[in-house]
Order: sequence, then C-alpha cells, then structure tokens
Amino acid sequence: MAVKQISVFLENKPGRLAIFTDVLKDNDINLRALSIAEASDFGIVRFIVNDVYNAATVLRDAGYIISVTDVLALEMPDKPGAMADLVRTLGDAGMNLEYLYAFTATKAGSAYMIIKVNDVKKASEILNKNGIRQVDQETLKDI
Amino acid sequence: MNRYYQPEIECASQEQIRAWQSERLVAQVKNVWDNVPMYRERMEKAGVTPDDIKSVDDLKKLPFVTKDDLRDAYPYGLLARPLSECVRIQSTSGTTGRRVVAFYTQHDLDLWEDCCARAIVAAGGTNEDVCHISYGYGLFTGGPGLNGGSHKVGCLTLPMSSGNTERQIQFMIDLGSTIICCTPSYAAYLAESIIERGDRDKIKLKAGIFGAEAWTEEMRHDVEQKLGIKAYDIYGLTEISGPGVSFECSEQTGMHVNEDHFIAEVINPVTGEVLPDGEKGELVFTSITKEAFPLIRYRTRDICILSHKKCSCGRTHVKMTKPLGRSDDMLIVKGVNVFPSQIETVLLNKGYPANYQIIVDRVNNSDTIEVQVEMTQEMFSDSLSEVAAREKELVDGLKSMLGIYAKVKLVNPKFITRSEGKAVRVIDKRNLYKQ
Repeated sequence: MAVKQISVFLENKPGRLAIFTDVLKDNDINLRALSIAEASDFGIVRFIVNDVYNAATVLRDAGYIISVTDVLALEMPDKPGAMADLVRTLGDAGMNLEYLYAFTATKAGSAYMIIKVNDVKKASEILNKNGIRQVDQETLKDI
Repeated sequence: MNRYYQPEIECASQEQIRAWQSERLVAQVKNVWDNVPMYRERMEKAGVTPDDIKSVDDLKKLPFVTKDDLRDAYPYGLLARPLSECVRIQSTSGTTGRRVVAFYTQHDLDLWEDCCARAIVAAGGTNEDVCHISYGYGLFTGGPGLNGGSHKVGCLTLPMSSGNTERQIQFMIDLGSTIICCTPSYAAYLAESIIERGDRDKIKLKAGIFGAEAWTEEMRHDVEQKLGIKAYDIYGLTEISGPGVSFECSEQTGMHVNEDHFIAEVINPVTGEVLPDGEKGELVFTSITKEAFPLIRYRTRDICILSHKKCSCGRTHVKMTKPLGRSDDMLIVKGVNVFPSQIETVLLNKGYPANYQIIVDRVNNSDTIEVQVEMTQEMFSDSLSEVAAREKELVDGLKSMLGIYAKVKLVNPKFITRSEGKAVRVIDKRNLYKQ
C-alpha cells in the first residue's frame, strides 16, 4: 500500500524555494506533507500531494528535475510516545529507514509518518504483522 | 637506404638554420610590407617597419595573425603575388566558420612537396616503395601534399583517396603497398578490416604516415601491432601549406619542424609572450619561403612544446610535441592548463549533458575552479546520499582528468544559459591580465 512521493531538486540559493512554491500555488497544488533534505549546495524537497500525476506534470513543464518514489504512510495515535513505540517496532523488526517525516492532520487523534525504506513490499508486510496502520493515497486526501 | 631526403638541410647546424631563417625572414617581411596592405597596416599600428627586422630575434616585434584575419581577408586579401603567378588553391573544411583558401605558386607547391618527401623518407620511404595514399584528394591538403611528396621520393604512388575500404585492401594486396598515408582513425579502421578479412599475411605494409587529427600513443601501438608497421605522425595546416610542416622520425618522440621554411614559436596564449623550449603554449608559425600566401606569426591555436634537444635520427630541426590541446579556451588554474573540452569529456562519460559552466576565481591567493553541471532526470534521486555520491563521482573523474581538485556544483536545468550564440562556458573572475 505504497504512497507516491514527489522529490524535487533545488539549488541552495536564496529565493529558489519561493519560486518553486509559487509554481505549486499558481497551479493550485495542495500539499499534504513536505520535508526538505539539504546538502551544502543543493536540497531535495520531498512531498505528498493529492494528485501526483498533475503535480509531476506541472513541475516537469516548469523545468524541474523530479522523481516519483514509493514511500509508506503510517498512521499512529496523536499522543506522546506514539512515535517512539512505532519506531521501536520497526527497529526490532530489522527495518532500516532511509528517511522519514511526520505530520498531523485535521482528523482528530491521529498523527502520520512518511517513511522511505528500500524494500516497500517487505516493510509493508512487517507493518501489517505488527498491527501498524498504513494509509493509502486516497485516504491521505481526506485526512 | 637514404635516411634523409635533403640531408644538407635536414642535418644542418642550428646556427646555419638560424642564418637561413634570419635572411629569409627579413626578405619575407619586406615582401608582405610591399605587397599585402593588411600586414603594412598592422605593422604601422605596432610601430614596426621592415628596417626593424634584422634577424630571427626580431620576429617577436611583429604582430600576430589569427584565423579571423584570414577569414576577413577571404578570398584574396592576403595574397602577396598576382593571381597569374598562382597555380593552385587548397582550402580548409570551414567547419568553424568561413573557409580559408590558401594560394600556391609553383615554388610554393615545390617546397610543400619537399616537406612531405622528407616525411616519407623519415618513415623509411625510397623509390622502391609503393606509397598508398588514402587521404582525401581535392581541396583538402592531405592527399595532394603527400601525393607530391611521394612523387619526389620516387615511390610508386597510389592516389587511392579515402573510402571504399574493400578496394583499398585489394589494391594493397595486389600492388604490394608498403607505405600507407591516411588519418589515424582510418588506419585503425583499415587494420580492423584487414584482420577481419584474414588478410594480415597478404599485406606488405612497413610504415604508416598518419595525421590531420589527434591520436594517442595507445592508438599508435594498436595500429603498429595490428598492421605490423611503424606508425609516424605528421602535422600541418592548410594556412601554412598542408601536411609536412613537421613530421616524425625514427625516434617517434616528436615532430621535426621544417625550419628552413617555417619558423615555429610557442607563446603564452594570453599574453603573447614567447616561451622557451620545454614550456607548453600556443604554436605560432611564420612561413618564410612561401610566395603566394605567406603568413607572419600565424596563431595555430594548437598547444604544444618545442625542443631543440639533439635527436638520435641526426636531424637538427626543432621538434614539437603532438598538439596537446587547443588554446582557444585554455585556462591556467593553480598552474595547470585546463581545457573546457576535458571537463566536457568527463561529464559525457558520466552521463551528464555537455551543458556546464566553469567558474574560476582566486580566493586568498589561491585559484579555485568550480564546475556547474545541470542535474538530469536520470541522475536525480530522492536520496540525498545517492545524489551526493554522484557528485563525488564527478569530482573524482575531474580530478583524474585535470590533475587538480575542481568543485562540482549541481544546478537546475536551464540555469546555464543556452544563448543563441555561443554558450558562455567559462567565467574567469580573477582578472589576471588586466592592467
């Protein structure tokens, strides 16, 4: 039950992020979640949107270098310690996380975490086995 | 076997060569002053008259001539003799702009062919040889030049021209070609084809004279081995005459410049200062014996090194290395010569487009070089470490190509301007030569 994440290459220069977010704004693209990883000269903006195809097309047309990656979206209770429990479970199951970012949404009582793993299918099985709820792309739209 | 075509010239003392050069230079400068308005204008502007040129030591007082000057003068602007005295035209391919046409009197053809004959004899050619010429014939100087030289040596000359490899090989077998003259890449192709046909034992080749394009020592060994020959380099340019401006001898460690006809200088391409033996710089030629189309201090844009060291072949004329690159856009960074083409090669090898910008700067008295490279869809990934690893791969590739560290900066596509004209590849912020 993977979710599509879009990653965008951005130079590390004043104003670049503003230009990029303007493209999203002008095309009425709403973000569900976003994170930025940065190296010294460039950054990678990773985010989840409702309509992946539309956003990818708009960004490519605007000249951005992007990649679409399968990630997993996990749901957890919105309370202290929830993330600790979840991360420990994953660690105990031998799952290595390449990166992650977490967010809360309008749905009361829940928080979410996007994780990138190298083997999505296997990770998904581990999550199911451990009773961790995964959210699909459609569900993400409504939370 | 004759080792030299013109031993009294090829093995003359360096003092004798200088004496010839001085005498001929003085006459040539007077000739162009009298007959070519562009030279007179340039010299007047530089405050030089023919009286100031008394020996080869005064050559450095004269202004340079560039390829642009030749293009501007197209077709007759630099002619020093009436057309009625000219008997031949050859021309450059004109791939980088307007063509350059060169004119020859009979005297000019003779000296050019003498130079080619020297090259053929240096490669072991005699009147017993069958000289197979697979350079193109026509406006291109390769075929006609070596054809004339081959006649002078007395070889049985096969004017094959280029193409039709099957026929080339058949003639080679049937007529017993012993010397092949062509481009090194065609030699490599011929070698492959001969081996494929299983005809290696049927050919009698002993030597190859290869020029008109850049080739490496690896290529030389490969062709020598495959064809069972010795492969000799030959250098020339239409502007100066054609092939045979310089040629390799048995030592195969550089090409002897035919100094009785052409004075070679190596200069700093930025300042124009003449550099001593052993230093790398732009090759400049002055044709001191040509009548129709003499050039004074013509900048070849080829980078090479000159050497007056004694050569085991007995020839005394100065030796030049193979061209080591082009000066058009050469940079000196941390004392190392850097050509944008080298950087381009690394990028293409690693799968990046040849769209880049080089930024050279000086920080705390130390040069820095940054190569900005456009990120591509294929090279991008959501993983920071993967992108960083690719960046590192580029840094390593550049280090091994250039010999110095160059910072790599990955940038968004279209950031590097694709201007309508020529892309600005190099930004040098050092202002090293500004007064």
